[in-house]
Amino acid sequence: MLEDKDRIFTNLYGFEDWKLPAARRRGVWEGTADIIKKGQPWVVEETKNSGLRGRGGAGFPTGMKWSFMPKPSDKPHYLIVNADESEPGTCKDRDILRYDPHRLLEGCLLGAFAINAHAVYIYIRGEFYNEASNMQVAIDEAYAYGLLGKNAAGSGWDCDVYLHRGAGAYVCGEETALMESLEGKKGQPRNKPPFPAGAGLYSCPTTINNVETIAAVPEILKRGATWFASFGRPKNSGTKLFCISGHVNQPCNVEEAMSIPMRELIEKHAGGIRGGWDNLLAVIPGGSSTPILPKEVCDTVLMDFDALRDVKSGLGTAGLIVMDKSTDVIYAIARISHFYKHESCGQCTPCREGVAWIWRVMMRMVKGNATVEEIDQLMDVTKEIEGHTICAFGDGAVWPVQGLIRHFKPQMIERIEQYRKQAKAA
Amino acid sequence: MVSSTQSFTFNAENLARAEKIIAKYPAGRQASAVIPLLDYAQRQNNNWLTQAAMDTVAKMLSMPPIRVYEVASFYTMFNLKPVGENFVQVCTTTPCWLRGSDGIVSSCKKKLGIGMGETTADGKFTLVEVECLGACVNAPMVQINDDYYEDLTPELMDKMLDDLKAGKKLAEGSQTGRRGSCAQNGPTSLTEKAKTNA
Repeated sequence: MLEDKDRIFTNLYGFEDWKLPAARRRGVWEGTADIIKKGQPWVVEETKNSGLRGRGGAGFPTGMKWSFMPKPSDKPHYLIVNADESEPGTCKDRDILRYDPHRLLEGCLLGAFAINAHAVYIYIRGEFYNEASNMQVAIDEAYAYGLLGKNAAGSGWDCDVYLHRGAGAYVCGEETALMESLEGKKGQPRNKPPFPAGAGLYSCPTTINNVETIAAVPEILKRGATWFASFGRPKNSGTKLFCISGHVNQPCNVEEAMSIPMRELIEKHAGGIRGGWDNLLAVIPGGSSTPILPKEVCDTVLMDFDALRDVKSGLGTAGLIVMDKSTDVIYAIARISHFYKHESCGQCTPCREGVAWIWRVMMRMVKGNATVEEIDQLMDVTKEIEGHTICAFGDGAVWPVQGLIRHFKPQMIERIEQYRKQAKAA
Repeated sequence: MVSSTQSFTFNAENLARAEKIIAKYPAGRQASAVIPLLDYAQRQNNNWLTQAAMDTVAKMLSMPPIRVYEVASFYTMFNLKPVGENFVQVCTTTPCWLRGSDGIVSSCKKKLGIGMGETTADGKFTLVEVECLGACVNAPMVQINDDYYEDLTPELMDKMLDDLKAGKKLAEGSQTGRRGSCAQNGPTSLTEKAKTNA
């Protein structure tokens, strides 16, 4: 188990105050200028060597993403922090925003420096009103103490940070939709290329990183890449925030080492499954879009990018949604289909029409008012949506249904047979 | 969208806020301020947006009104018709559903005597179902106006609604006394911090 001395998010539960004096006592804003004095190439290289991969779901190597930014030109560079946390099962960034906002701001300065940006926008979901309020107070404090603005934290680097509140749209977590939204438009994703590093916010070079990613950077650079890379398996390094919700005895967030076995994570931190491990039915391992895993897989699977990919799911945001044997698993997934139907931006036909169709068929599957052939048809339609939309929303919307059919087809057939039996009897 | 012949002007306080917001974006990029300005307009207008309010925002940001209407109708947090004083938003997405959001929905419907999307006759409550609000380890939960209320049971929900009806102010956050996302029984990590700050 990870020891407290190796935890980055030392105020995860808000046991201490979130404002500047208490943040400083936790080591935030300590030695920030010294890191910047080591120079940009060092910051990018050290981040690459740490093995840090994006914590927002896609898991792209952070240092490499930064290195895609072009050389400075007459166009400004932007860093955007994605605080639009909306993936069902995920509530980790919220704890950073409300309880450790200065850790994020210190990361903003270092991240901005790494990509030659002097302006950072933090795009926070509109519903996080109190979190945004703490964040704004922290920004004001940072300016008042010279930690942001001109010569931020005495580093010689100028860095402005602006908080931008959204207004309710899951799709704005997608980086190009987020930029559209930040520009004052509907949050509808853009075609790529151009990629944000070439033409992002206001057509300027832009990097978008998740809250947890950016907030982890200062501690990684202070303690060194080797320290961070010592946790987890190769290519899956570091510590990670996990959110454990659903049918566990003690739902919670916790920071653990990557590659921790799922069973150990749930039993050590979330008080185990209601009714014991054998009462487990399935787990959605990384937020709603990652395919569900049945108990036999959960028995042994490790919580990291590669292990979960190998079982045809993903680490995603590391939000585990746990279901015990009392769960109507078909409805659990149908409700996720409803979520995606509601949140589709409406731009691409396969997603707009297809996801709504999937939800309607899924609701018939819940009742059993369907044919066995329709299960295969459902799978076919998911394949028609996957990979055929501008952004990854379409993929994320259909993976849960694919996971259900992959692992719970017999239960779906049984539901259909039950419905027929009852219909005949009536 | 409810069209209105009434005009809308920002009060002095919100006008000052709006100017501060617009200054966050580069010159010529003032359209970036549309969401925050619509938010202020909505707050000033009993939590909903009239066409007049949208037109005012369009003018301030030199945007064609249609672009502002598009934004206002795209994002779920903008209300395009009047809502009750207490805007009760129940999350029913899978993590909340697994922890009993059905019971929270029934409790609200019964206590308020209205269905989803409806407002009580006295204008005190509007009830809506919403998608994931990102507080999943504290499920089930509701958002009422700006605040989250977490770790609910139907009984706790009933009591909250009774208190609101009686004009009492609610304590936001966990209704079972949990600290943030920490396990109810106490933390399994950061235990020293928990002791020194108990």
